[in-house]
Amino acid sequence: MDNDRIDQIIDKHQGEASSLIQVLLEIQSENRWLPKKGLERVSEKLQVPLTRILHIATFYKAFSLVPKGRHEVHICVGTACHVRGATRVLDTVQDLIGIKPGETDLELKFSLETVNCLGCCALGPVMEIDGKTHGKMAPAETADVLKNYE
Amino acid sequence: MSRINSPAELEEFRKGILSKRDPNKPCITLCSGSACNATGSGEVAARIEEELQKQGLSDEVDIRRTGCHGFCERGPIIINRPEEISYFQIKPEDVPEIISETIKEKKVVERLLYTDPDTNEKIIHESEIPFYKHQKRLVFGSNGNIDPKSIDDYLAIDGYSALAKALSGMTSEDVLEEVKKSNLRGRGGGGFPAGRKWEGTRNAPDEIKYVIVNADEGDPGAYMDRSLLEGNPHSILEGLTIGAYAIGSHEGYIYVRQEYPLAVENVNIAIKTAEEYGFLGKNILGSGFDFKVIVHQGAGAFVCGESTALMTALEGRVGEPRPKYIRSNIKGLWDKPSVLNNVETWANVPLIINKGADWFAQFGTEGSKGTKIFSLVGKITNTGLVEVPMGTPLKDIIFKIGGGIPNGRKFKAVQTGGPSGGCIPEELLDLEVGFDELTKAGSMMGSGGMIVMDEDTCMVDVARYFIDFLTDESCGKCVPCREGLRQMHKILTNITKGKGREGDIELLEELAETAKEAALCALGKSAPNPFLSTLRYFRDEYEAHINEKRCPALSCKELISFYIDPAKCKACMICLRKCPAEAIDGGKNKIHIVDQEKCTKCGTCFEVCPPRFGAVTKISGEPVPSPIPEEERIIRKRKKK
Repeated sequence: MDNDRIDQIIDKHQGEASSLIQVLLEIQSENRWLPKKGLERVSEKLQVPLTRILHIATFYKAFSLVPKGRHEVHICVGTACHVRGATRVLDTVQDLIGIKPGETDLELKFSLETVNCLGCCALGPVMEIDGKTHGKMAPAETADVLKNYE
Repeated sequence: MSRINSPAELEEFRKGILSKRDPNKPCITLCSGSACNATGSGEVAARIEEELQKQGLSDEVDIRRTGCHGFCERGPIIINRPEEISYFQIKPEDVPEIISETIKEKKVVERLLYTDPDTNEKIIHESEIPFYKHQKRLVFGSNGNIDPKSIDDYLAIDGYSALAKALSGMTSEDVLEEVKKSNLRGRGGGGFPAGRKWEGTRNAPDEIKYVIVNADEGDPGAYMDRSLLEGNPHSILEGLTIGAYAIGSHEGYIYVRQEYPLAVENVNIAIKTAEEYGFLGKNILGSGFDFKVIVHQGAGAFVCGESTALMTALEGRVGEPRPKYIRSNIKGLWDKPSVLNNVETWANVPLIINKGADWFAQFGTEGSKGTKIFSLVGKITNTGLVEVPMGTPLKDIIFKIGGGIPNGRKFKAVQTGGPSGGCIPEELLDLEVGFDELTKAGSMMGSGGMIVMDEDTCMVDVARYFIDFLTDESCGKCVPCREGLRQMHKILTNITKGKGREGDIELLEELAETAKEAALCALGKSAPNPFLSTLRYFRDEYEAHINEKRCPALSCKELISFYIDPAKCKACMICLRKCPAEAIDGGKNKIHIVDQEKCTKCGTCFEVCPPRFGAVTKISGEPVPSPIPEEERIIRKRKKK
């Protein structure tokens, strides 16, 4: 992501320091992670110390300071999914793709995250891949779903 | 679109909309909330359009994509108006039949109707289905009738009439008095009387004041605020504007989770159109009152649902709570007096102004007025959003509306109030829901999550789950919450792993007491609730885990083993093929055995074993029987004579 694009995003928010989180969210959603160079640019433009930006980037769950895989796998571990067996789904997916929540595999194929409730409780346990919801997952079915992603 | 400049112009405009609408024109309404979208509502909508075109009906039939109807278990939902013929779990391939039969011929397609599981009777109208029949949908009811992206739809159901009434016929004191008289209490968790909160801000000397919508709905298993914001965003804007008028604020914020993209989209559209029509902006409806609304997306932090943390996040900083020596309605966002209420609270305001405080107060109990939307989830037959008057017994919500527990299992507990709430056991099912009633039972109202648990749910694991959630979400500012919860989590995890020791319960109680007394904000103070309430009602389960290393619900992975009963196994190969760990040994006509070393305890074998065999069982607290000898494992088929 180049500086011009970052400048555009900042200008859209009138360059106000209070929009810092909104600016970071936009960079995250376009670039899918927050590279250090980009954060330095934000710091310079908004006149906010880099330490404060990093404080925010590490505090909120939406931000990632490392590159993400091509496919983002989200396993819902909200209460409704939990009582319907989300832990067993998560365990199986971890075994299958060999990474833990918060990690990305070496080929940058999958990133795995747990999320607290996607609000589709009728479909629990839910696994979401790249925004597509796969409902009523049983551990054995996860392999069939995952093999569709390259 | 030119701005509407007075209440009279609004009524003229409304008449214009209604006169263009023929109430007898067929209209297909399709639920397009997040849950239905996940089950394929988008594909169904595309198919409807295509099919209408094919059958040459595009001009004769309206399609309306509405917000959430609440009955998420049976989505996607189609209601054919004006007859209100309701179809559930619609797939794209059902569409041609619906159009040729129901739309053209006015005939009912029996197989798509809801079947009452008790009487086996087919039900045609949505309002007669038990799930809806026992509800009182004052706030949530419009969701199924309007397209949330269309302001005209909202105007057609009398939208913005409360705002017009407040701005033209009432002083700001009148509005405040009406809300105070209604005794509306905050629907976000604390249950603080909204009118009193508003009054504090109104009386604060500062000129600049803010109003804020808390749409950072973080409780797992609760999604009523999202559904309101997605399905009827104008009702929240209207309530917020009325509130701003009452307290003298000219700037409002909506803090919404970025995990709710559809809600963000719909509320932004609503703000834009409301500005065009003149319900927001300068000189609203010619009253001289100015008000603008800004949307701020949350970046994913549960603690930001706490009022002071939310305000710090709005300022563009890390969302940490601050002590409330001075309440935020006196000194809040940017140190200015700020009223913060949650989505559902704001959505109640137009109703109170339109119909009056007395009308509102007829619903509910002494201490809790009006209705409440609950999100009924977990081990329940009818998962969905349910709106009932305060004071409705839990039993009615779970059994009459929710349809009880699926798969013939037995009810164990219902967890209310989100992670900081508590579990209510079967013997208290007669409890009437209300702010004070739930607190007395050791739980709380919270934002209205209601998670039903059956006999397969381990209560120690539930406590561990919530403490784990809160440990993760603790902002780390104060010690009792940051360190205390971590220790509680460690002990609870040990107990569920069979490493519990005598004295653990007492130690947990001590830690819980400290966090309750000494934590800074509501998150920390209420964090021990899930532990305390499960201990209060399910102490025996804690003791079984610690003393006998047994999980009575057969749920804790480390304490159970899967075992195939050789007397029942028919060597059908189903579990053997499905096992993701390849831990089942056997073959055709060779009785299967679980290799306990390889088994990951995912439970797949237990789920796939045909019920007529029921050979796979769970064992806890006792050793697994040793495998039968090899020669006895062969099942000999009877020779044909």
